[in-house]
Amino acid sequence: MSTNKGNGMATASGLIGKSVKRVEDKRFTTGHGQFTEDIVLPGQTYAAFVRSQYAHAKILSVDVSAAKAMPGVVAIYTGADVAGVNGVPCGWQVNFKNGNAMREPKHPLLVADKARHAGDAIAIVIAESKEEAVDAAQAVNVEYEELPCVVDAFKATQSGAPLVHDDVPNNMCFDWALGNPIEEVNEAMSKASHVTTLEFVNQRLVPNAIEPRSYNSSYDAINDKYTLYTSTQAPHLIRLLMSAFVLGLPEHKVHVIGPDVGGGFGSKCFHYTEEALLTWCTKKIGRPVKWTAERTESFLLDAHGRDHITKAEMGFDNDGKIVALRAKTYVNLGAYLSTFASCVPTYLHGTLLQGLYTTPKINIDVTAAFTHTTPVDAYRGAGRPEASYLLERLVDLTAHEMNMDPAELRFKNFIPPFDGVNQPGYQTQVALQYDSGNYEAVLKKGLEILDYEDFRKAQKEAANNGKLLGVGFSTYIEACGIAPSAVAGALGARAGLFEVGHVRVQPTGKVSVYTGSHSHGQGHETTFAQVVADKLGISMDDVEIVHGDSESVAFGMGTYGSRSIAVGGTAIVKSIEKIIEKGKKIAAHLLEASADDVDFANGKFTVKGTDKSVPFGNVALTAYVPHHYPKDLEPGLDFSSFYDPANFTFPFGCHIAVVELWMMSVMLSTR
Amino acid sequence: MSTKITVTVNGAKHIDKVEPRLLLVYYLRDVLKLTGTHVGCDTSSCGACTILVDGKATKSCTMLAVQADKCKITTIEGMATNGELHPLQEGFNQCHGLQCGFCTPGMIMTAADLLKNNKKPSEEQIRAALEGNFCRCTGYHNIVKAVQYAADKMSAPRARKTKKEAAL
Ligand code: FES
Ligand code: FES
Repeated sequence: MSTNKGNGMATASGLIGKSVKRVEDKRFTTGHGQFTEDIVLPGQTYAAFVRSQYAHAKILSVDVSAAKAMPGVVAIYTGADVAGVNGVPCGWQVNFKNGNAMREPKHPLLVADKARHAGDAIAIVIAESKEEAVDAAQAVNVEYEELPCVVDAFKATQSGAPLVHDDVPNNMCFDWALGNPIEEVNEAMSKASHVTTLEFVNQRLVPNAIEPRSYNSSYDAINDKYTLYTSTQAPHLIRLLMSAFVLGLPEHKVHVIGPDVGGGFGSKCFHYTEEALLTWCTKKIGRPVKWTAERTESFLLDAHGRDHITKAEMGFDNDGKIVALRAKTYVNLGAYLSTFASCVPTYLHGTLLQGLYTTPKINIDVTAAFTHTTPVDAYRGAGRPEASYLLERLVDLTAHEMNMDPAELRFKNFIPPFDGVNQPGYQTQVALQYDSGNYEAVLKKGLEILDYEDFRKAQKEAANNGKLLGVGFSTYIEACGIAPSAVAGALGARAGLFEVGHVRVQPTGKVSVYTGSHSHGQGHETTFAQVVADKLGISMDDVEIVHGDSESVAFGMGTYGSRSIAVGGTAIVKSIEKIIEKGKKIAAHLLEASADDVDFANGKFTVKGTDKSVPFGNVALTAYVPHHYPKDLEPGLDFSSFYDPANFTFPFGCHIAVVELWMMSVMLSTR
Repeated sequence: MSTKITVTVNGAKHIDKVEPRLLLVYYLRDVLKLTGTHVGCDTSSCGACTILVDGKATKSCTMLAVQADKCKITTIEGMATNGELHPLQEGFNQCHGLQCGFCTPGMIMTAADLLKNNKKPSEEQIRAALEGNFCRCTGYHNIVKAVQYAADKMSAPRARKTKKEAAL
């Protein structure tokens, strides 16, 4: 095994699973990353926004005359100017329990009538410099009539609550339920010998990626072509939503590039109004327009996470076996539906309420409400951590209430191990079918690491020494590798959730890989290269991974939901399989054998049972210089694959936290 | 109204006329096109914009360009010498101290200041020195290890210091 450039990279198969140093680090550690804000285009202009100071206010007038006269101002647009442009839609339809479609007011690019959350955009000011744009934005005069607001999902649905959208009664976007019929769950619950009840708020979170959102949009009038640089996790998705649903542009005339992106955690996979607005503006003014959020704008506008108000009950028999789970959740969607907002508290949440337990009857009931707050969408785990929290708090609380050991209570209720091969997958009560799992094993391992028995002894001793030692458990399961398109479609997704991987072997045997998956910290350039180098038996140095460009690969669904390697990686592997299959035909011709008799391993095509072989590089060259070549075989060694997963992946695990409190009393007195 | 400033950045002298309100970070990024210094918060909170001003780690979003007149500045672009990475740059790669890389330049510059004054910092001292630098991706453990890696490498008996390191 040889190494290259002292980087410790193996050149032969066996790379998958190896710890290798990241290849993208060099540009980031030397200051040569290229983030959207770093890009300055010829004729660049800069945008700043006039945003609502109020959570809810009627906009009586917007006076831009003073601002227009400010130095450097190129253009100012208000809600009236974009009245004919569609708002930003949601990407997932959830239906009411009665079958009606959710209420889906579009998110206007600029609001004209009223502001529905603090930060709602009222005007965009474009100037020669950032500073001039900000100065002029401050000179725009908006007259407001402040209106009462509601920020709590439960209160929003009560009669008399101020309406966010006049045509959405009770602020209700949808109601939704999943699991066993509620009557069955109620009956099982009524027979329980112990019911644990928990009411809690899973609080709203601000995602705060360190790189503020940034967009730079330009228009080439000669070729009628738009280019949008965007700090996104999903360039193709943005292109599709923006061109087809918001601006009505021909998709092939819109080039979307997600260059280096400074973290996203979900918040950068949505289509934001500013992306479309800048793209609309660039054609109007005939110059590129750039906007980068200030941190205050990141807080106010990047879709938030969580914000559930939940009452959950878990019923147990005498022995501590769970007999039923019932949950009622009020979900805060914010003022508008962000791209995946509707699926997060439903199909990414309710479907995980089986957890690791054999609970025979489950029902979750969700009411999703609009409020005068920042839109809420997927953030770190999205819906699934909320499910784990609900379940694990209930189980820990039960252990306390029933005076049982929390680990024991979990062992009692775990789904027994199943490998998905000899035993079938586990059909949950909430739609998902787990592929395989061994939940006891992870908790056992956790207890072993903690030395649980020892810990319990230490706990008693600590109490005698003025200390309190506590332990908290969380076992969990997640549905990742999002997602089988047909399943997602049946549940309301308005897009497929496959991924595309294109592998181009160059004549010299070097390999360029184009993926629809996007890296914003995940390290695709390393991980995907590792997979490709392993499969082809070549050096990682001979592989380049290209991502984040809508024109480099047929399509892409982007990165979120732990899908990069599971879905994006598999698409690449599918293309490699096609390359090897074609390579065998070429090698067979060169080796004067039958393709069926050719094996591929360690970068060589070999005739089975002989030492006759030809290296991968020679086959690549032959594919492009096809002088001695199989009849009826196309030249070239270049394949693209769409991979649509058959199921989610179901990672599971266990966390144990130990906390020590030193008890002491302090008396303070003033003198 | 513009003010003339003379600044030495990564060893090169620059004379520019700048608006008095121009922040140093935007002078570096927009005027000198040194975009390795990032703006994460524009409120002196995140440390992504950290550079060395006369050898001292400074949040460049907190300083006006005119205040940098006659100063010697080092940015992340000036850390490698003749293609050879600074031990901190190497350390971040070796210890997986970055994911998205947006916070990394600021982390490296803050750590460079620390290592100049404290050749063998303890873990606690490293954490304390980096308290003004946020990383939203990594969880910090590997960043601490990266700084330790650099400290070890720089204090190794036979480590040859580049001129640049000695001068920082
Ligand atoms: S940008 Fe200077 S501290 Fe955040
Ligand atoms: S690596 Fe992304 S913020 Fe630190």
